[in-house]
Amino acid sequence: MMPPLLSIRDLRTYFYTEAGVARSVDGVSFNIGAGETVGIVGESGCGKSVTALSILRLIQPPGRIEPGSRIEFEGRDIVTLRDEEIRDIRGNRISMIFQEPMSALNPVFTVGDQVAEVARVHARMSKKDAWERAVEMLALTGIPAADERAKQYPHQLSGGMRQRVLIAMALMMKPALIIADEPTTALDVTIQAQILELLVDLQKKIGTSILMITHDLGVIAETTSRVIVMYAGEIVEEAAVDELFAKAHHPYTEGLIHSMPHIGHDQERLNVIPGTVPAPTDWPHGCRFRDRCPYSWDLCEREHPPLYQVGVGHASRCHLAIEPERRGHPHPPLVVEEGVEAA
Amino acid sequence: MLRYLARRLAQAAVIVAFVAAISFALIHLAPGDPFSGVMDNPNVSERVRQTLRAQYGLDKPLPEQFVRYIGQLARGDLGWSFSHDRPVLEVLATALPNTVLLMGVALVGSFALGILIALIQVAKRGSATDHALSGVTLLLFSMPDFWLAILALLTFTYWLPIFPVGGAVDAVMHEYMGLGARIVDRLRHLTLPALTLTVLAAGGVARYQRAALLDVLPSDYIRTARLKGLSEREILRRHALRNALLPIISLIGLSFPALLTGAFFIEKIFAWPGMGLAVINAIGTRDYPLVVGGVIIGSIMVTLGSLLADMLYALADPRLRGR
Amino acid sequence: MPWQIQDSAVASLPRPRESAFAVGLRRILRTPSSRVALVILGIIVLVGLLAPFIAPYDPAAQPDIVALKSLPPSLAHPFGTDPYSRDVLSRVIYGARLSLAIGLLATLVSLTLGVAYGAIAGYAGGVGDAVMMRVLDAFLAIPRLLLLLGILVAWPQLSIGALILFLGLTGWFGLSRIVRGQVLALKHAEFVTAAQALGASRRRILVRHLLPNLISPIVVAATVGVAHVIVLEAGLSYLGIGVPQPLASWGNIIQDGADQVAALWWMSLFPGLFMVLTVMTLNILGEALRDAYDRR
Repeated sequence: MMPPLLSIRDLRTYFYTEAGVARSVDGVSFNIGAGETVGIVGESGCGKSVTALSILRLIQPPGRIEPGSRIEFEGRDIVTLRDEEIRDIRGNRISMIFQEPMSALNPVFTVGDQVAEVARVHARMSKKDAWERAVEMLALTGIPAADERAKQYPHQLSGGMRQRVLIAMALMMKPALIIADEPTTALDVTIQAQILELLVDLQKKIGTSILMITHDLGVIAETTSRVIVMYAGEIVEEAAVDELFAKAHHPYTEGLIHSMPHIGHDQERLNVIPGTVPAPTDWPHGCRFRDRCPYSWDLCEREHPPLYQVGVGHASRCHLAIEPERRGHPHPPLVVEEGVEAA
Repeated sequence: MLRYLARRLAQAAVIVAFVAAISFALIHLAPGDPFSGVMDNPNVSERVRQTLRAQYGLDKPLPEQFVRYIGQLARGDLGWSFSHDRPVLEVLATALPNTVLLMGVALVGSFALGILIALIQVAKRGSATDHALSGVTLLLFSMPDFWLAILALLTFTYWLPIFPVGGAVDAVMHEYMGLGARIVDRLRHLTLPALTLTVLAAGGVARYQRAALLDVLPSDYIRTARLKGLSEREILRRHALRNALLPIISLIGLSFPALLTGAFFIEKIFAWPGMGLAVINAIGTRDYPLVVGGVIIGSIMVTLGSLLADMLYALADPRLRGR
Repeated sequence: MPWQIQDSAVASLPRPRESAFAVGLRRILRTPSSRVALVILGIIVLVGLLAPFIAPYDPAAQPDIVALKSLPPSLAHPFGTDPYSRDVLSRVIYGARLSLAIGLLATLVSLTLGVAYGAIAGYAGGVGDAVMMRVLDAFLAIPRLLLLLGILVAWPQLSIGALILFLGLTGWFGLSRIVRGQVLALKHAEFVTAAQALGASRRRILVRHLLPNLISPIVVAATVGVAHVIVLEAGLSYLGIGVPQPLASWGNIIQDGADQVAALWWMSLFPGLFMVLTVMTLNILGEALRDAYDRR
């Protein structure tokens, strides 16, 4: 079997803040194969974006990737690369798309310039060649009259157009992996669908892998083949998309699926699961989801659950794996009993 | 863009008109007749006295005097300087190029130096270098202009006599020099005053620019630049600086009052024959029209400076350019 | 070189909850540089307050105008003597008292005027506000030193009270802009409308909420303002139209030695050092206060 394109082992990214050490990503391991589309889903604050930034080593102080973490990409460990080496990967072998197409573009340069810059940095292309390549990529992302649009500034383009520009920028060097962090959250519903379609389409054409990070299971269902569910800095469930929607094991995943509005509608906040994600400076002992879980029992307080194998390529960080009969006896979650904030 | 320009020009015109009114008030706020000293002075010629009376219409009621005064200003008549026995405008016009030269050199120099310091600080933010430079820029920012000028004069003309003591050219020898020697002579005289003003102004520029850069750095588009694989240095130079230059252009406009004030003291201390020296010497001789003329011209310079900076800003910011 | 850009820097400040002064003090005491600045400033203020007990000589005494004139620094006269045989150290100590007092009093005048003008303009709104703001633009276009030159040249013998008044009269333009902005923002704030709907008088609400909103910009403006006035007063005295002779202010001492800068270097150096130290500590504190209020 071929080695995976990206292999993350025990990734821990901590932030050393005044309020204490925030263990935002706390021991995450997963693989992405070549050409595969993997989704990470979870509420805000679960550590999914920090995971994404860690892969490109874009964590700024006071945050840092803890020693012992490994991020193997194309046979090299990103964590220990020298600065020049990691810069050579960014935008070239791995690129990233953010959710804020408004602010992610520099307001004082034309969009063509900004897209072309990628090729100038990595392929040492001449100004003219890089520009032509940029226009080509802009056209590929479906921007009409791309040669004219390239000469415009970000503020002259709509949100959807700007997101296409960012996608063009990400595709410039035909990277092996694209990380898309909530790429459609800031866009109108109709534009969202177009952008997702574009991403899937381009992935097929170019053959890159995609890591899709989102809080929206609808996006996951439409674009990915395998899903990782994150909660409180950890992976709580991992499965193929169909398996996850049909046989979700972790109560948190269940909650997420239940709180899903009809696909294609504007996404509300996930407010069906009672309570909120605990603070990353202060993860609870035992199971981190315990207080919000309708099945929790004393074992959940005593023991931090490992990732149990619950099916083919399906893992879940829930003790229900060893006492499945408890699923038949739900109780009101602790947060509600204690009268703590039930959002 | 054109409409913005027109509006901004109209604003500047209104400001200048108000400045004229304020200068009129200045003259009439003075205790008694502002020219009593002049009028009674037997050394002042009858011609000057008549000109002064005509200029200010001192026997007429105030509103009429005001209308006359504004009318004269509008025609560029700033009154008669009795210490020079020449029109104020002529005195100031002769001195102005020297002031503009001094301020111009210092403006360019201080922004270059200030931006450079800020870039070094931000590239090494949090380091000992950053803190030390912050101390230096705060010291310069807090430094009274005249005191640093005195220190510079002491150090570089007396203790280490590298530069000539004062003036714009060598008072005696300049006449007899060839073209090359004259240019060298001018530069030698310009260096110390211009350098002093540059250093004084650079403190404020560096502090402002450092803050502007630190403001820009957490932006999403800087993260995008990092994502493209640019080095920190390239990011700072290409993306951050370019964006932080916009606030710097506004700072150019805001810097004119401080630069002009600094130039006044520096001209006085280095005997640099500019507007500041003329006005400050006029204080000694109580040459009232010359002082007020200096106030008006100085204010016009400040107004034009901020007008220019605003136009530059509109040109540099693509978000404004289209309008 | 002090710049006058106070207004843009403190333009929008959030509403204080606990006493703004307490917050400011607590915050600035956290940074070591402002702790040092506070101590140094405290010492200079004490020196000024206790001048009669600290100064080794009478600052005005001219004991021997022939034998003791223009002496370089020595044990008996650490800062030397001036051409009138006066002890420069004693004059610098008394200068601290005078320069600080002028700075404080003139700033008080500025604060009063700035708050009043800004509040009236903001409250009046409409045409009145527009005219008042254009007048302000004009005053802001005249560099403060030039405006003072224009005023002072007409008053050959100026008392120290009048000097303070004029220094104060020319220093309120920036602050009044901030005050006006705050009043305008408050006028349209939702809670004001809400309170009004409950029957409270609009004017009462404005006055009640205005002051707490203004404390932070006022504290910052006051700190930086005192520094400005000290520099201006020294500059004017140096030009011979500031503090009347033979009173000892830092600017006056430098002026006394200005004719022979090279020969009497101690007369420029020592008062200047004190002045720079004072202004720098005030600026450090002003900046720390601004940061402290901004960060909330």
